[in-house]
Amino acid sequence: MEADGLGLEQALALAAGGGAGLSPEKRAALGASLLLLRRDYRFQRVRFWGRLQGLRAAYYIADGRATDLAAPPQRLYSLNCVEWSLLPPATEEMIAQTAGLRGRFQGDPSYEYESPERKEDSDRIYEDDSGLFIKEETRLVATIEQIDRAVGIIPRGAFVKTPLGPVHENRNFEGLSMTEAKKLNSYFHFTEPVNLKNKTLLEKADLDPSIDFLDSLEHDIPKGSWSIQLERGGTVVILRSLLWLGLTFYHIPMTKQYGYVYFGTGEKNMDLPFMLKEEAQLRNQTKAFSLNAKPLRLAPYLLSSMQSSRGYSKAFSPSVTSAKA
Amino acid sequence: MADAPAAGPPQDLPLYEPPAARPQEPGPMPGHGPYQPHEPGYGLCAPQGGPCEDPTSEQPPPSPRELALINAKAYLLQSSTKSGLSLYDHLANMLTKILDEHPINAADIIENISKDVKWAQFQKKMDTLRDEYEILPTFELAEKHKVLFLKGNGDGDQEPEEEITDTPLPNVMETAFYFEQAGIGLSKDEYYHVFLALKQLVNTQPIHTCRFWGKILGLEMNYIVAEVEYREGEEEEETEEEEEEEEKLIEEGGKEGSEVEDEDEEKDDDEPPKSTYKPPAATPKEENRTGANKFIYFVCNEPGKPWMKLPPVTPAQIVAARKIKKFFTGRLDAPIVSYPPFPGNEANYLRAQIARISAGTQISPLGFYQFGEEEGDEEEEGGSGRDTYEENPDFEPISVMELVESLSNWVHHVQNILMQGRCIWINPIQKSEEEEEEVEEEEKADESDEPQQEVGPPLLTPLSEDTEIQNIPPWTAQLSTNLVPQYAVAVIQSNLWPGAYAFATGKKFDNIYLGWGHKYSPDNYIPPLPPPVQAEYPSGPEITEMSDPTVEEEQALRAAQEEALAAAEEMEEMEEEEDDDEDD
Repeated sequence: MEADGLGLEQALALAAGGGAGLSPEKRAALGASLLLLRRDYRFQRVRFWGRLQGLRAAYYIADGRATDLAAPPQRLYSLNCVEWSLLPPATEEMIAQTAGLRGRFQGDPSYEYESPERKEDSDRIYEDDSGLFIKEETRLVATIEQIDRAVGIIPRGAFVKTPLGPVHENRNFEGLSMTEAKKLNSYFHFTEPVNLKNKTLLEKADLDPSIDFLDSLEHDIPKGSWSIQLERGGTVVILRSLLWLGLTFYHIPMTKQYGYVYFGTGEKNMDLPFMLKEEAQLRNQTKAFSLNAKPLRLAPYLLSSMQSSRGYSKAFSPSVTSAKA
Repeated sequence: MADAPAAGPPQDLPLYEPPAARPQEPGPMPGHGPYQPHEPGYGLCAPQGGPCEDPTSEQPPPSPRELALINAKAYLLQSSTKSGLSLYDHLANMLTKILDEHPINAADIIENISKDVKWAQFQKKMDTLRDEYEILPTFELAEKHKVLFLKGNGDGDQEPEEEITDTPLPNVMETAFYFEQAGIGLSKDEYYHVFLALKQLVNTQPIHTCRFWGKILGLEMNYIVAEVEYREGEEEEETEEEEEEEEKLIEEGGKEGSEVEDEDEEKDDDEPPKSTYKPPAATPKEENRTGANKFIYFVCNEPGKPWMKLPPVTPAQIVAARKIKKFFTGRLDAPIVSYPPFPGNEANYLRAQIARISAGTQISPLGFYQFGEEEGDEEEEGGSGRDTYEENPDFEPISVMELVESLSNWVHHVQNILMQGRCIWINPIQKSEEEEEEVEEEEKADESDEPQQEVGPPLLTPLSEDTEIQNIPPWTAQLSTNLVPQYAVAVIQSNLWPGAYAFATGKKFDNIYLGWGHKYSPDNYIPPLPPPVQAEYPSGPEITEMSDPTVEEEQALRAAQEEALAAAEEMEEMEEEEDDDEDD
């Protein structure tokens, strides 16, 4: 979602099918303040990343990137879309630290959460207070990073890796075709690939190293963690992440217009495996059942033979003979 | 080409030679042509090896430099065995393209241009077969949207009269404007399509009131939901028919079931024992226009597609919907595969969720609605609260600041759904045994035996009474703008049902739901455990298997029995004698 006013407006309109958007006031404010951000921080490109709704206020988040587009971006947040503050870069430590935090964001960056680890063993006396409380700002950083890692996506071919390493926008990218756009394997996670290295040589044979240098969405776990739809009369492809509800990706096929924006509460949908339809599972079960059908049909014979044997033992059991007598 | 000057040094100064060679280049070209039969590999070595012998040429032999050039060009003109393209042509095309288009930083993107030019080669149509024109689903949708914009579909003559006087059609665009002030809502195009689709609905159905309820997102398609109320007396016939159909279905189902059972009996005699468990009688569903079935809901996947009526909700469905959490697929006939099992398909689940969301999040400013003045209603309801309200003609707008600051200025105007799955509590036992009216009076007397009546908060309860969700306030109220507070709109969003919003300004207010249709819970969803396994038959001597008696034991037993028998006979004789004595 680019910073320039028209692009932002259009992008928001495309992603508005989910019901979230920005008020005219915020949109206008962003149009001005994002440009200033670009100037002040010397960014190559700035984009509006999304809004994270807290209980009392909402965080508006933007990120800026330098020339190497694959390098981690610098992120900024604002509560009013005008004054921006730089967020520290996310570290693994931060993510681990905030992993146990649950519930909604408060909307106050200085709000302090009690560390979940500390809650568990509250008897122990801590010498330094540093690890006791987690600031909401830290949680914000970790959450944004996690969202970007898990569901930050681009269409295939939009970025190319040059032989020397840096990743550039593909000048020749003309958008996905309509057929491609409906398939999950035409979209890539814009983050360090994980599954790519594990692919077999056979699978890698078809890949183009300058384009296919990222993981595709095809093998995301759990299966079906994306909802892919055509909207606006079938002209826009909308991908909604079901893992991070609120993340909407849009792409107009055969054009260069694509991007994603997040309008959510910053909570991961941990219930996802329960919420997906299980028709596939059901089908497998019925298949297994039909395989078992033969032994089941044998069951009556087994039963009758068992009963007859019982009858045999009855004849000799003392209690029965006594009754007969 | 670059190698040409390198070949020169033995004879001439390299700096002077190239300018001299160039003007000559066009000279030998027409005569010799580029296609001299040289072996390509020898071209550059030729100057050292002496003049090339060419029997066909009658002109004086070209200078070695010329020859090198010609050979180089010939090399470039060689066409590739794979693609049939020569580098010479390709470079020429590229240069033409660059000079035509004048791209910035052409040196950086020369590879791309090269690729472009090559791709352009393949776009030529090589066969005479005609492509089949692809009919995309896009076009079909556009066709449907077009219908919405055509005026006067249906009976055009009556329209003007109705519209001018009183139309149930809501002003969707106006509410959309207010919601947009708070950054909520669909895009304007989509709103307008919804608006027109609602108009279509109003024109085709006997509708008294109509409202754009919201949009529920699904995996494959989304639902646009309209909340309507039929005109008096219009819906009864239809619903009766539906009920009859349902009954028929049930009967048929029952018949089928019994038939199947009969067949089973014929097949094998060893039928397992039948279950004596009888499911508790289902709580009767609420009548239309009351409780959770107060409104009728129509849904469609896309504006312009046909509106489909959702079936009325039953308490069992609401109770089951509370226990499951499933994404909607967008197909109303999709089965709900869940544990605990849900009675019905996606249409029923959708209806149940709509009922739950409505009950939880439909709110209005305090005082906008008031209870009707007829006191009789209240008595009939048996103390469970009045379920009707009317618009307050003397409503005085609450200021926006007050609405934002205090939740007690907002009230629920949809009845709370009890745990039973109904809005108005009904006694399950009493209903199943006898006619309700007769027992009603008796029931009041001995309430102690019966299950305790659930009482929910009455209608028009302020939001401040809502319970917190584990320290999370149930509602968040905001001003749409802080910069121009005098024209701001009060916007309130539900934290319990993310996606439910309401706005109010002056005398205007509206509710909308845009989301996935799930309730928020800070804890993760845990599916209920299956009920405990039925206890085994208590183990005792009568069901334990014994070892077979030996012959000795049997003989001993038989002897003992005979003895006992003899003794018994004696005893009997004795008794008979005694009896005889007594009788006498």
